[in-house]
This record gives sequence, structure tokens and C-alpha cells, in this order.
Amino acid sequence: MQSLGVEVLFKGKNFARLMGGMWTALKISLVSIAISMVLGLLLGMLVSRKNRVLRGVMRCYLEFIHIMPQMVLLFLVFFGTSKAFGWNLSGELSSVIVFSLWGTAEMSDLVRGAVTSVPKIQYESAMALGMTPAQVNRYVILPQAVRRLIPQSINLITRMIKTTSLVLMVGVVEILKVAQQIIEANRKASPNAAFGVYLTVFLLYFLLCWPVSLLAKHLEKRWG
Amino acid sequence: MAEPVLTIEHLTKEYDGQTVLKDVSLQVHEGEVIVIVGPSGSGKSTLLRCINALEDIQGGEIRLRGQKITAGAKNLPQIRQKIGMVFQSYELFPHLTVMNNILLAPMKAQKRAKEEVQAEAMALLTRVGLADKADSLPRQLSGGQKQRVAIVRALCMHPEILLFDEVTAALDPEMVREVLEVILQLAENKRTMLIVTHEMPFARAVADRIILLDDGRIQDDTDPEEFFESPKTELAKRFLQSFEYTRTRKSDD
Repeated sequence: MQSLGVEVLFKGKNFARLMGGMWTALKISLVSIAISMVLGLLLGMLVSRKNRVLRGVMRCYLEFIHIMPQMVLLFLVFFGTSKAFGWNLSGELSSVIVFSLWGTAEMSDLVRGAVTSVPKIQYESAMALGMTPAQVNRYVILPQAVRRLIPQSINLITRMIKTTSLVLMVGVVEILKVAQQIIEANRKASPNAAFGVYLTVFLLYFLLCWPVSLLAKHLEKRWG
Repeated sequence: MAEPVLTIEHLTKEYDGQTVLKDVSLQVHEGEVIVIVGPSGSGKSTLLRCINALEDIQGGEIRLRGQKITAGAKNLPQIRQKIGMVFQSYELFPHLTVMNNILLAPMKAQKRAKEEVQAEAMALLTRVGLADKADSLPRQLSGGQKQRVAIVRALCMHPEILLFDEVTAALDPEMVREVLEVILQLAENKRTMLIVTHEMPFARAVADRIILLDDGRIQDDTDPEEFFESPKTELAKRFLQSFEYTRTRKSDD
């Protein structure tokens, strides 16, 4: 039987390098996810209000992000803006910017949907108890909205983690890039390395995203 | 006579160009129980919602102990704390236990100490027969139980006046009584209340005054005895007849 090419991972520091690449990918996703969740929550709450101007601006932002492929946005920020504005963004910083722009847009839309899905009369009964609008949002509307948000926002989080595989295109040495390097370096000795190494990358991504899905299921059940 | 708790003067309310309430004036005095009856769509619920500024008004004035109630005003939360409202659909907060539903507003809006409110809440829950449900979630309760919790939640704010908006309309018939009896008890304790209901025997039992609202106007304002026994206005007669049923039988010949 032909070898699957997994053995190259046990040569030298290859496996440690792969894990290092995974950490880079994870770092970018975690930072972007954290930024997106916070900003998305704030923006989503703002848009749920009836301010026309704010809603118009947010619509444009959302449409722009929806239509733009992430990779194009990544190139625009990394290559485009550095020439145009003369700054020198690192690949990682560009990635975080792009992923946060994307995550914030989607998250705010999810929050808006969840907030507006709480019946109006829930606001009214909370208002009737004499709470201020801020207290009503904080103690009555947001907790209910967050429960409705969980499944979709977890979906967004896993999509963000998965999509970090694009950032190698702006020179970030993340897990996929490391995998490519390992395969290239061992092309002579293990010509089958591509299969084994990419399979390992696949499994590592699975291990990253699966617990997140499990957590979502658990929360959904608890809050049903 | 002492200053009324609630004064409504020439209230006008419009919805998309339609006038729902027309020149409604009403005074509610301390300890008075006023029941508002009328055909559906007559503006009863809208009137209650205006009192709580859940609706903006197009004319007239509403005052609680002299303080003007204006939608969007800065002091509105403070005024609303003095107006307890119970809704047809209960509107408990589904993510909070019964106890936390009751504690939320007294602790957050009135900044009262948890122990104090908790003790009061427990006493009130006991009075309405729900002491053992303090840690239940709303979805584990029956409609009648939810509505009793909603009443306790409103009472815990120490309101000056209570508004009941068709609180038994969504209940199964066998649960109506357990809720209405709580309200009767409140009436005996001299609570000031404005009640919108379709339960005529209850209206008769609980009311000091009956107000008939039709087409956005107060058509009759009288004591229950007179309203039910010898209604003066044509409208009142017709309204009361709508609750009676007669079967026309063919005579055997």
C-alpha cells in the first residue's frame, strides 16, 4: 500500500510548526470574533432603534460586506490601502481588520433580527414597570435576544474560523501555509505528503470548530 | 373631596387619522374601583395604554396626583412606577424565574434592597397561592398562575393605581375565577383600580363605578347597581343585551 504521507509530520519540528500555524489562525479568528461580537452587539442594538440615517448607513455597510468576497476585501486592505494611504499594515493586522469588518456586519444584522423578534409588548410591560429604556434593554430584551442569537452567531464564529484559511494570501503563515511549506520541502522524500498533511489540517480545523458547535447545541437545549 | 389620584381631561387619541378616543374626561379617587366596559374596539384598552403613556395622545391631559404624564418625558419611568399595569397576555419575562420577574423592577428601577423585596414578594405570592412556584420559570405555569404572578409583580412596585387590561380574556374559563378573586381581594383592601373586562358578573361585584365606553366616548358613568338593573341609556341597554341569549322555539302546532 502506498503511504498516506502522514509520516512527514513526525520529521523534525514539522508537527510543532503545524500547530504554530494553527495558533496563528486561531489568534486571528479569536481577536476578530471578540471585536465582532462586541461591536456587532452595540451596532445591532443601535440599528434596532428607529433612526433613519443610522439605518441607512448600516444598510450600505451590510450590503457592501455581503457582496464583497472576503478575499477581495483582504487584498483591498492589505495591498490596496498600503499603497493608497502609505501605511504598512502587517498581514495579520489586515486580516484582523477584514475579519472584524465582516464579523461586525453579520453580527449586527443577527442582533438586529434577534432584538426585533422580541415582541413589542415585552418592552411595554417592562416600561410599564417603570424601568428606563437602558434597563429594559439590559435586563429584559438583551437576555432574550442573546438566547435567540446563539445558533446563528455560533454558525458565524465557525465560518470565521474556517475562512482564516484565506489569510495565507496576504503572507500570513498560518496552518495552511505551514502545510504547504511542509509538503513542498518533502516533495522528493514523500511525494504523497499532500494527502496526509492536508488531511491533518482538515482534522485540526474540525477539532477547532466541533466543540463550538457542541457548545451551541448545549446552550440551545438549556435555554430552549 | 380629596385630590383625585388620576385625572383625565379632554383626552383625544388618534391612530392614522382615526379618532379612537374623543374628549374623554375622568377622575379616579383614592380607593375607587372603576370598571370600564364596552364593545370591542370602543377604545377601552387604548385608554389604559394612554394613562401609562404607552400611547402618545393628540389632545387633553392626564395627571397622576397632579403630575402630568407625557410620552417621552424624562420623569416618565418614575411616574410609571406608580402605575401598575397588568396585560391580557401576562407578559412575564420568559428568561427569569417567577421570583426574579417580581424582583427585577423594584431592585433596578427603585433600587430597593433584595432581602426586603424578596420578603414582600414571598408574602404576596403566598397570598395568591403561589409560594411554591417562586423558582419556576413562566413557561412551567398555567395561564391563571402567570396572571397571578403578573399581578404580584405589579403590586411589588407599590403603585398608587392599578390598571387591568382584560386580564382574563386569554384564560381558559376554569382559570378566570382564580385571577378575578385576587382582584376582588385587592378591591376589599381599598386599592385604586381601573379595570377593563368583559366579565359582567365580576364587573358588577368589584366596581364602585361603571363606565361605558363606546365609539371612543364615555357614554355612561354610573354605579353598578343602576347600570345593570336599570340602565338609563339606550347604548347601555343594548350593550347589556349582547350578553343575553334567547332561543326562539317554534311552537308545536
